[in-house]
Amino acid sequence: MSAAPLAETSPAAAAVAPPAGPRRLRWRIGSPREPLLALAIPVLLAVVWHFMTAGKTYSLIPPPSEVWTALVDLAVGGINDDAFSATLLTHLGASLSRVFGGFALAVITALPIGLLIGRVPLMRQLLDPMFQILRPVPVTAWLPLAMILFGLGPRSAYFLVFLGAFYPILVNTIFGVRSVEPRLFEAASMLGCKGSSQFARVVLPAALPSIFTGLRLGLGFAWVVIVVGEMTGVQTGLGAIIMEARQLSRTEIVICGMVVIGIAGFLSDRIVMLIGRRLLAWSPSHG
Amino acid sequence: MTDIMADPTIPILDIKGVSKSFTVQGRTVEALKGADLTVNRGEFICLLGASGCGKSTLLRIVAGFESATSGEPLMWGKPISGPDPSRGMVFQDYGLFPWLTVRDNISFGPKSRGRPAAEIRDTVSRYVDIVGLQRFADAYPHQLSGGMKQRVAIARVLANEAEVVLMDEPFGALDAMTRERLQDELLDLWSRTGLTVLFVTHAIEEAVFLADRVVVMSPSPGRIDAIHTIDLARRRDVSSPAFNDVRRMLSGQLHSHHARAAA
Repeated sequence: MSAAPLAETSPAAAAVAPPAGPRRLRWRIGSPREPLLALAIPVLLAVVWHFMTAGKTYSLIPPPSEVWTALVDLAVGGINDDAFSATLLTHLGASLSRVFGGFALAVITALPIGLLIGRVPLMRQLLDPMFQILRPVPVTAWLPLAMILFGLGPRSAYFLVFLGAFYPILVNTIFGVRSVEPRLFEAASMLGCKGSSQFARVVLPAALPSIFTGLRLGLGFAWVVIVVGEMTGVQTGLGAIIMEARQLSRTEIVICGMVVIGIAGFLSDRIVMLIGRRLLAWSPSHG
Repeated sequence: MTDIMADPTIPILDIKGVSKSFTVQGRTVEALKGADLTVNRGEFICLLGASGCGKSTLLRIVAGFESATSGEPLMWGKPISGPDPSRGMVFQDYGLFPWLTVRDNISFGPKSRGRPAAEIRDTVSRYVDIVGLQRFADAYPHQLSGGMKQRVAIARVLANEAEVVLMDEPFGALDAMTRERLQDELLDLWSRTGLTVLFVTHAIEEAVFLADRVVVMSPSPGRIDAIHTIDLARRRDVSSPAFNDVRRMLSGQLHSHHARAAA
């Protein structure tokens, strides 16, 4: 504030400024700065990548320009005209449906189980030890069992993605439920809200900030495990083309898959975050 | 406020020989021993004492949050077995639901008891007016000052038709000016509504200013020592000689316990 120009802090300017004025002003002036900072290091890395790979005949890693060409071909075709051309939307769509399908399955199971473990001692004694032991088992380790249980194909893929998203949501829901202030239960019960009706009216809303942290982590993990999830013999999906391109030594397609997963994961996290901000407008640390 | 229950021959609250002890690391601590207190409908009672005298324990037993080890707390002659909307609690730390607006905090109780929506709307707007929070009806608790939060907490139990309002050092966390204003507002509400108030405090002046009767309590074991009727006319002048006499008398009584406890 002390560095602001004099005109901005003068009473006349302050009087005409709407309440949201300073914030909007900062957004407008500051807007190029933040993306520029965020891009600085990736651009630097791309430059290093370029000089280390471009023009080298025996480089195992393709230069950025080649990856870009492959990405354009993957998206719209017309360059290489091979099995990968113009298939990006199909693969992206397949992966999106597995990520969000597995994630949705994880939400509708982990949320109620988490509420019960957090709030009902018997449930905690019954379930908590089992999940504690299952939780460290990597999703990759589940791959063979998943294929025996659910067969080759998308059902195994859904299961593995579900598994990746399940534990972060479960753990954060339990944590959220257990850290609800006891005072709020007293307040609810003296106002006439007792027993199981406290789940919907006290436990769930009070644990919501922590649940949302779990949802963001869970969706992130769903993307992280998508490649393993699509090692189950499915033909489409970003994970599936990465594995296929790897076998064909098409490293530029592998990198394209990585880039698209990164961007899709980032965008879906943004969406969850925006929903969270709306629902958590009451919370001083979110809103 | 349900007048069917108001049988003048039965006290609204009858605390009969209530004791509470609990075990801490193998040692039994008597938080409250043999407390006897009868409260009539419409009375303003202050429980006054130093920390550890069992005043909050007694209040929590009356609220139904804790059960007595022995003895019996009765409301309208019936044993208190758990929390109930007829006994509303106002906590020192407010206990508001942070995810609900002022309006929704106040409607929480009526909604829980399944009142019709139109009635809830009327009740809530009436109590928002009474506590003077019209401009903040749609604000969240974290946007309010301490005094405003406590007004919401009071409105919340009144809107829920509480007959007895239990207040656990409700103004203890507020600054002096806000505290005095809320004391006045509380007395005003009380005199207009015929509420029964059980008010815990460790501030002598607050007790003398508010109460019909002051229950003096002392620690180890927590117990009721004396019950004083305050005969001063309302609104009480805290700087008057009569007010000071009462304050000095209560102060002497409280300090004699400390001296005895120390000896």
